[in-house]
Amino acid sequence: MTQQLTGAQIVFKVLEDHNVEYIFGYPGGAVLPLYDELIHHKKIKHILVRHEQGAGHAAEGYARSSGKPGVVIVTSGPGATNMVTALTDAYMDSIPLVCISGQVPTHLIGTDAFQECDTTGITRPCTKHNWLVKDIKDLPLILHKAFHIATSGRPGPVLVDIPKDVQFQKTKYIKKEQAIKIFPKTDVKIEENEIQKIAELIFKAKKPIIYSGGGVINSGEKACQLTQEFAKITGFPITSTLQGLGAYPGDDNQFLGMLGMHGTYEANNAMHDCDLMINIGARFDDRITGKIDKFSPKSKKIHIDIDPSSINKIIKVDHAVVGDVGKVLNKLISVLNKKYPNFKKSNKASISKWWEQINKWREKDSLFFEQGNKILKPQYAIKRLYELTKNRDTFITTEVGQHQMWAAQYYKFTKPKRWMTSGGLGTMGFGLPAAIGVQLANPGKLVVDIAGEASILMNMQELSTAVQYRLPIKIFIINNQYMGMVRQWQELLHDKNYSQSYTEALPDFVKLAEAYGAIGIRATNPDELDEKIKEMIDSPKPVIFDCIVKQNENCFPMIPSGKAHNEMILGPSEKKDNKITKEGKVLV
Amino acid sequence: MSKSLSAYSVENKKEKTEKHIMVVWVDNESGVLTRVAGLFSGRGYNIETLAVAQVDDAKHISRITITTEGTNSVVDQIKAQLLKLIPVHKVASFQINNKSILRELALVKIIGNKKNLEKAKKICNSFKTEYLDTTKSSFIVELNSTRSEIDRLIKELKPYGVASIARTGPLIMSKGSEITQINKGKIL
Repeated sequence: MTQQLTGAQIVFKVLEDHNVEYIFGYPGGAVLPLYDELIHHKKIKHILVRHEQGAGHAAEGYARSSGKPGVVIVTSGPGATNMVTALTDAYMDSIPLVCISGQVPTHLIGTDAFQECDTTGITRPCTKHNWLVKDIKDLPLILHKAFHIATSGRPGPVLVDIPKDVQFQKTKYIKKEQAIKIFPKTDVKIEENEIQKIAELIFKAKKPIIYSGGGVINSGEKACQLTQEFAKITGFPITSTLQGLGAYPGDDNQFLGMLGMHGTYEANNAMHDCDLMINIGARFDDRITGKIDKFSPKSKKIHIDIDPSSINKIIKVDHAVVGDVGKVLNKLISVLNKKYPNFKKSNKASISKWWEQINKWREKDSLFFEQGNKILKPQYAIKRLYELTKNRDTFITTEVGQHQMWAAQYYKFTKPKRWMTSGGLGTMGFGLPAAIGVQLANPGKLVVDIAGEASILMNMQELSTAVQYRLPIKIFIINNQYMGMVRQWQELLHDKNYSQSYTEALPDFVKLAEAYGAIGIRATNPDELDEKIKEMIDSPKPVIFDCIVKQNENCFPMIPSGKAHNEMILGPSEKKDNKITKEGKVLV
Repeated sequence: MSKSLSAYSVENKKEKTEKHIMVVWVDNESGVLTRVAGLFSGRGYNIETLAVAQVDDAKHISRITITTEGTNSVVDQIKAQLLKLIPVHKVASFQINNKSILRELALVKIIGNKKNLEKAKKICNSFKTEYLDTTKSSFIVELNSTRSEIDRLIKELKPYGVASIARTGPLIMSKGSEITQINKGKIL
């Protein structure tokens, strides 16, 4: 007779089969059998967080920076509900997570037992798929399937809910290799015809733009190289979404900077005026498009995406190819090379006028700011952080708000998977736990969480995790004492009614760092900034860097609500003659 | 009114809204109906009628028939979203026209005095109905027909003591030799 394993043993067998190095978790009544088993698996390291949401974001940070799925274990009831934000965040940004949750024993399900909740019911809309395993015989296959679904196609989070009694029951184990055989193939056939048509459009384009997104990064390093190759062959200008930063080097001349609500003047105007838009792995998110009916009115649009439901969801496109970005680009490049061997040489002339126009937009210098000699400007702080860290392999996470946008604008990423930010869901409190996951996946590298003083307090407790595991993450707080983006919207859209956006009683972040066993540094003026940033970088311990900045600085440029790409506000002097309409006011 | 697909499509051009019938082939497993129904409610689509039953006992496949209303692009989006659900095998959408067969079952209970019952029966006899239960003071009639035909029967019976109505919602099947092919992972 073959050996029978318990449910808990099977969970760890599967984790080993899938080469899981870290699990992020928090114990509780319904997962104790799993925690008993942990000790027998030395290859798998458990990271004890301080709150389950922290476990979720740490796993996301791990996944976003390594390309491997993040694994989380939480207990039933509150353990599972605390995971909901992280699951939703991962779902919105297509991040592979496998969450294993404990559940009350099967005979108690539905009785309102202690720490019972309908976990699969609650997480159904925020996972790619989830399972409640009521029969031990189903467990091995479901767990393998969970990894398969989380990582294949458009990645995303999955959850497996395992009742406590099932964790004790025994069954025969099924190996990964055996399980994979029975899963349906996810590879889709790339439409050759469409590729041919797209190549023709590329050849003919006079005012083209490449608009790349997180899909390129998700597809992997190869896809990023191919995107760069594609840009080099065509000579086309390229812009990127928030999620896609790093797929194309941010300091390259063909790169126009980020597009969208807080994108650069040149990127947004080029999107508006182009005659050919090539969307590679982006989803026409509302932060990107601005007003839909004024979105790039004169262009032919091409969309390359792995998810068929992304095609024509928001913007109707002229040509679409469903498939892995890397594979599609590979094909497109070989078709271009074959069909138009002299394209690289001849093309420069045909789009030279377009580049002239783009350079005129560039001259506006939409990211310009003036740093006086007294109060620190947030933009300056991030720019200095960039200058002082750009020569080493640095990983940046962020919270959500103004600091996040400034980080996206002023920190130039030259490699993929160096920029981990909550884009779709916009989760304040994401950056610190994410930095923990990033540091684990990238030991010895510099990991900085660019934070706001409001966001950081949402998952502050995770500093304790960083200290416990000696993870020298740096928390760079842009401290303006306001929920800056809320304050900015109140100023621009709500008659300067700064309702509840000011934080009256902030902690002393230097002392707070010390209380946690980390190091606290404060900078208050431009003269001391560089020296203090260096001190932060050189510190072998986790650091909270409290950067006191100008309180009412706004994040520009900005496409105001309900406006189009060519209706940007460039700075404070301009906003008066660009009134936001009633319709615009209701938008988020 | 056209459905706004994004917060930013304030002045989107109005597309025509029409009735569509979606057929979804799913694994008959626990929670699958909530996945489908939750997708509709979560994305703001409407379910007007719903009919579900297992149609393949060996493979445990259920066929879900949903009537919804929307523009063509909304219906395409619903289909694409449905196809992303793991237990969904294939999805078809039909418009109500002569290319497909539509059938709905209704049971109607009439309670009344002899005179009213007789009048009601006379109406029932003018439709293709079947009597399933008859007492001195009541009867139950079955009609298996199109929605509009059933609507008409109920409307005519109303004055004579309709006590209870049960309807299944429509089922639909394409005419001729065509069937829906697996369309997971395709652009619609």
